Amino acid sequence: MEFSLKNEQQQLLSKMATNDGHGENSPYFDGWKAYDSDPYHPTRNPNGVIQMGLAENQLCFDLIEEWVLNNPEASICTAEGANKFMEVAIYQDYHGLPEFRNAVARFMEKVRGDRVKFDPNRIVMSGGATGAHETLAFCLADPEDAFLVPTPYYPGFDRDLRWRTGMQLLPIVCHSSNDFKVTKESMEAAYQKAQEANIRVKGFLLNNPSNPLGTVLDRETLIDIVTFINDKNIHLICDEIYSATVFSQPEFISISEIIEHDVQCNRDLIHLVYSLSKDLGFPGFRVGILYSYNDAVVSCARKMSSFGLVSTQTQHLIASMLSDEAFMDKIISTSSERLAARHGLFTRGLAQVGIGTLKSSAGLYFWMDLRRLLRESTFEAEMELWRIIIHEVKLNVSPGLSFHCSEPGWFRVCFANMDDESVRVALRRIHKFVLVQGKATEPTTPKSRCGSSKLQLSLSFRRLDERVMGSHMMSPHSPMASPLVRAT
Amino acid sequence: MEMLSKKATCKSHGQDSSYFLGWQEYEKNPFNEDTNPLGIIQMGLAENQLSFDLLESWLARNPDATMFGSNGGSIFKELALFQDYHGLQTFKTELVEFMAEIRRNKVRFDPQKLVLTAGATSANETLMFCLAEPGEAFLIPTPYYPGFDRDLKWRTGVKIVPIHCSSLNGFRITKAALDEAYDEALKLNLRVKGVFITNPSNPLGTTMNQDEFNHVISFAVSKNIHIVSDEIYAGTVFDSSKFTSIIEAVMDRNLEKTDIWSRIHVVSSLSKDLGLPGFRIGMIYSNNETLIAAATKMSSFGLVSSQTQYLLSKLLGDKKFTRHYIQENQRRLKKRQQVLVSGLQSYGIPCLKSNAGLFCWVDMRNLLSSNAFEAEMELWKKILYEVGLNISPGSSCHCTEPGWFRVCFANMSQETLNLSIHRLQAFVTSNGDGNYQNQKLSTRISRRNSLVVS
Repeated sequence: MEFSLKNEQQQLLSKMATNDGHGENSPYFDGWKAYDSDPYHPTRNPNGVIQMGLAENQLCFDLIEEWVLNNPEASICTAEGANKFMEVAIYQDYHGLPEFRNAVARFMEKVRGDRVKFDPNRIVMSGGATGAHETLAFCLADPEDAFLVPTPYYPGFDRDLRWRTGMQLLPIVCHSSNDFKVTKESMEAAYQKAQEANIRVKGFLLNNPSNPLGTVLDRETLIDIVTFINDKNIHLICDEIYSATVFSQPEFISISEIIEHDVQCNRDLIHLVYSLSKDLGFPGFRVGILYSYNDAVVSCARKMSSFGLVSTQTQHLIASMLSDEAFMDKIISTSSERLAARHGLFTRGLAQVGIGTLKSSAGLYFWMDLRRLLRESTFEAEMELWRIIIHEVKLNVSPGLSFHCSEPGWFRVCFANMDDESVRVALRRIHKFVLVQGKATEPTTPKSRCGSSKLQLSLSFRRLDERVMGSHMMSPHSPMASPLVRAT
Repeated sequence: MEMLSKKATCKSHGQDSSYFLGWQEYEKNPFNEDTNPLGIIQMGLAENQLSFDLLESWLARNPDATMFGSNGGSIFKELALFQDYHGLQTFKTELVEFMAEIRRNKVRFDPQKLVLTAGATSANETLMFCLAEPGEAFLIPTPYYPGFDRDLKWRTGVKIVPIHCSSLNGFRITKAALDEAYDEALKLNLRVKGVFITNPSNPLGTTMNQDEFNHVISFAVSKNIHIVSDEIYAGTVFDSSKFTSIIEAVMDRNLEKTDIWSRIHVVSSLSKDLGLPGFRIGMIYSNNETLIAAATKMSSFGLVSSQTQYLLSKLLGDKKFTRHYIQENQRRLKKRQQVLVSGLQSYGIPCLKSNAGLFCWVDMRNLLSSNAFEAEMELWKKILYEVGLNISPGSSCHCTEPGWFRVCFANMSQETLNLSIHRLQAFVTSNGDGNYQNQKLSTRISRRNSLVVS
């Protein structure tokens, strides 16, 4: 009965509504379920799972709240701001409030050290960066067309760029041997592979600063990429949503600087995605920005923005806040300092127990190297280790497999979405876990592990297995629950 | 190689329609009482500006809506971080109660079956993505809102096949028209996935009657297809006893336990009822769990700002306010509509009898130089450039008969409305097309009048 009902639903609705294109069956989201069902709280649930799988920036809310309190006219609900209520509430022009576009353009310039200028007329709104990516895919590619994307990459791209557009994403495989840098050879190889498979490559998708690596691309690599796309006459989408999360050297170089100062290229191929979700910590406000140097794309994307405009109430707030330049300078520098401190605390803490992380200077996370803790160098072993980390160590970290990493053993760990005490607890748990493994294993090669430890690990896995998920090893089914944080 | 996608280079965004061109002309020369009194008056935008004073006074009494509570605590951070696509539960709870209130509480809605979207624009597109494959079709009664060409078809690849409605019966949907549309789709080799109705209708301003519901529901049952009901103007019905939601209509026929129940989907928004189009608050409501699950995931591409969800949860939570607002808003709309209708009537321009909406469906057939769409365009341009009114020609709404125009009345002050009526009156009386028009005028008026009563 149940099966035929499901079958019937699948015929009643479109393929898109019933397939897995939403990508929520990825292991990326499974850890969130574990967190949701047992969330850490310092007093109410001190043994719960600590959420380290959500790249959020919670480090500067004290400053932001103070600003909001001191600037009541930024809200159309206060006595000071209410005179703007009607004008704001009826404004549905998809160009967006001029003051909003101006403020966003200015802020983007500031984040790039005023090394480039942005034209507010090229700013197009979208439903978060999520909406911006999808809109660009609709504008630049037909179904079956492909974009190349360096691995590892943010799992959401699979949904955002492919689900409703019919586009494909083809990996440019990057390796730890050179710190996951994108090379000319790897770009060419990916392109050739597509040609051989008769797949039309329409563009290149870049994330800089990188999610999940936390690294910024160096000038040479950026020049190589722009040269590559220019030669092949394909588009470049550069997602710079972490641009203001840079906390140390090397500094961030935007693609806008490269095309302005370093290399000649056809600007009609260059498009940026931005948002305030990461830099400022406002994912709930859905402020997505699409910036294109191509007039036809701006025009088309603007029409498509009707499907995901930013609430004018929010545009008004953001316009006020971002145009307070002194405040924004303060936020950028304070955020940087606090991110640096957090990042340092974690990475030093991990180094103490022999856990390495990829050297990074940006992002709300770091890329942790747990290869030596794998039973063997396989993704199966990575999944086993991951389940232990979630269910026994009680940390929700994200496995490299979900980021399409080519090598098992890497995990993304977020650090900016918690308070200092949670950081200490998380570090204590990791220390304990690693030291327990360390006692049982010789940290050289997997083969040299002694028998009893192997038994210990696989016994605990089996116990886990029975309790939780049956025999699914590689990708357990994910629930329908939202993987996103709920408000308290 | 073509650098942009087919979607980017085609015209399916529909913005070349006269509907949008009129707006552009308005933008170039917008009327302003003080600074540009001879400019074009915008009557092509269905907005409700009549009741902002009520909203503003509510805000003045309720500072908590600013995200800083009366006890000094702040939920700013929680809201700023809240990106759960299930939406703020308190907001959804209040929203469904508001929707029920508008429907005289004849229908109760479950917040778990509601998906929040960035406006009805996004809700409609999302429904198409979920209900149809590219190349499949939905049947839509004409005339219909020009934006549907973009919202339903552009990126989804879904086709629209019109259900032709005629002035002979007040543009009501008939069984014959439904069957004809279905046959047309078959001829075009299109698989029909559903019927898409707008109730109350844009541009007609009428609510669906019992016969129409019976035809549409029976049709959808027999063809095993969906019904999407865009009810965004539900709160603009002057006399709420005349509005029936599709859900109520299906319940009245005792069909809740049958297949059709999971094929009924309602779209709504706060852009028209509350006059808040800038806030982008749209929604999909359905009893189909699989659809709700899929649409919820798709809403990631256009979520409602948490800041706005919070404000509205407070506003809609004040039941005394919402009841008063609904009533007072309807009263003001009715009054405005009457001003326009009687003003036009006195100079021989009839309107379709309507009981809802922010516009009238105006019969200007007797002003056409011939019974053709070219003549309609000619008339439209005259009204736009010489009379200085941006009204929307029926052809942009896919009306099958030339000479009808949608004229909005709720997006301007009383004075501006009076001025626009005056301008139109002046145009009609001094219409320079010769005696033909003036002589035939009186006979045409009486004949037309007998046809427009619904």
